[in-house]
Amino acid sequence: MKGDDFLTKSISGFSRVLESVVTTEDISRASGLLQILDPRVKLVSFLLFIVGVSLVHSLPVLGGIFVLIILLSLTSKISPGFFLKRVLIFVPIFTLVIAIPALFLTHGQPLVHLFGKIIITRQGALSAGFLLLRVTDSLSLGVLLVLTTPWANVLAALRWVRMPALIVDILGMTYRYMFLLLHSANAMFLARRSRVIGSFSGSENRRWLGRALATTMVKSQRLSEDVYLAMLARGYQGEVHVLQEFSLKRRDFLWIAFSSVIVIFLFWVSRL
Amino acid sequence: MHIPDGYLSPTTCGVMYATAIPFWAVAVKRVRKELTARTVPVLALFSAFSFTLMMFNVPIPGGTTAHAVGAAMLAIVLGPWEAVLGVSTALGIQSLFFGDGGLLTFGANCFNMAIVMPLVGYFIYKVISSNSDAMSPRRTIGAVIGSYIGIVTASACAGVELGLQPLLFHTAGGTPLYAPYGLSVAVPSMVFAHMLVAGPVEAVVTGGVVVYLQRTHSSLIKADVAKKKEGKLWLAWGALGLVALATPIGLLASGTAWGEWGVDELKTMGLSAIPQGLQKLAGWWPAPMPDYGLPRMAAVMGYILSAFVGIILIGTLTWLLGRWLSRKNKGKTDVSSEGGPPVN
Repeated sequence: MKGDDFLTKSISGFSRVLESVVTTEDISRASGLLQILDPRVKLVSFLLFIVGVSLVHSLPVLGGIFVLIILLSLTSKISPGFFLKRVLIFVPIFTLVIAIPALFLTHGQPLVHLFGKIIITRQGALSAGFLLLRVTDSLSLGVLLVLTTPWANVLAALRWVRMPALIVDILGMTYRYMFLLLHSANAMFLARRSRVIGSFSGSENRRWLGRALATTMVKSQRLSEDVYLAMLARGYQGEVHVLQEFSLKRRDFLWIAFSSVIVIFLFWVSRL
Repeated sequence: MHIPDGYLSPTTCGVMYATAIPFWAVAVKRVRKELTARTVPVLALFSAFSFTLMMFNVPIPGGTTAHAVGAAMLAIVLGPWEAVLGVSTALGIQSLFFGDGGLLTFGANCFNMAIVMPLVGYFIYKVISSNSDAMSPRRTIGAVIGSYIGIVTASACAGVELGLQPLLFHTAGGTPLYAPYGLSVAVPSMVFAHMLVAGPVEAVVTGGVVVYLQRTHSSLIKADVAKKKEGKLWLAWGALGLVALATPIGLLASGTAWGEWGVDELKTMGLSAIPQGLQKLAGWWPAPMPDYGLPRMAAVMGYILSAFVGIILIGTLTWLLGRWLSRKNKGKTDVSSEGGPPVN
């Protein structure tokens, strides 16, 4: 049933998101090296790493950073297969496709001759390498941060770096209700899938999709009213209070020292 | 259109954050005023919906599927500033949690998809639908055209951000450090891809949702009519003006746009024989502003002026189209509501 592919695809998309969230929560509660660090220290150091990676223009350094990330993921009890699959599958492959024409299109000194005509330039090869390694490094840093930090702690750390409370509260609640809406959309798609025997035309399918979207929208609007009333009934006055308190331990100071060395090195290398 | 980290230089990322922050500030202020204590739950649900919406696979001809962003749809049904914050939050969760779009490029991604897309889409929807009835087909047409132009404009912004990278950030040897393609490649490829695939998908989905809501929950669309009276369009105009003022950035590009060479340029490019037809046709159309600039005027001023003239021209055309459609529509409602209370 080719025409109803979009139902299957959407359903597997929803399940993928839900599944990846469950795995993330599991990993982030393991007792690896990164998991036991203070979330605030981790957030700030990882953001600085990402800035450092974006400043460096040396391929060996970018490659070295990737090796470091893999080592960190191993010490954090993340299986390398899982980590590489999550990091390498989508964005770097997409970037590779984008980077290939740059090999030939960038002007500069010729590096390789193909068929006597097509020329790969030195500048083109370097540029493609920069793009690919930089994208892979920054993405894996982001993934590593999220994999080793429970969402509630990410939010607490964001609040600590002076992100407005309003934004943090919205992020927290969005994350909660995202799953509810994903579940309800999933149910809608499954119901449709199980009722369809033949196949519909593309335009009929798009009409159904429009209705499904509009229904989800109306549902989310009603739900927001109910949620607000429920919050109001529990004494909500427009502010969320957090009970969690963090304190820095000796290992956090060790991590601060270690990551400062790396960040200073990255900034120093980028000035050369 | 989710730009990952590594494609934009940190400077560009900083500039894009700085551009996005005032929009976020205005949005927070306006939404808070309107929703007061409701702000957090309402926006959380909107953002969750926006996230879910981006996960819906839309069937497109040829058997494949695509995703819609739905920024214009959110702006039309829930309000433009709510859409700015809702889509931003959804993008934030996508980038933080799923690595879809970078953390440093978050400002740029939000500017394109959570600011330009809903505001441009909403503005065009407003111009076309203006005071029409909630059930009016003008609202559907406005939603379709608005969402289409919204996503194409957003893709053009992304194209400019990516295309500026090799011009501004390269090593002494000429190696581009970030996205490797210049404006002449990045902008057309972004814009064409979105004009042909993502734009129509966005337009069809938005149109479908508006039609369905008109039939079943017209209050959602009517509520917007009541609110519209106090709605200020000056901000949208201001943003458009800023974009127009930024057009001289195009001067940073060396050379001419791909395919827009004049006869002289073709000669310098090594084409010895100019096609006869081109020779004949060159200069046949006396453009009032050749190459987007008035003679003897500073190039920068010329660009800005051309941008404003363009905006005024397109604005007038859209306004005329809106008027024509409304007159056609008025004729219809007059007949159907004869003897009844006025519809508007």
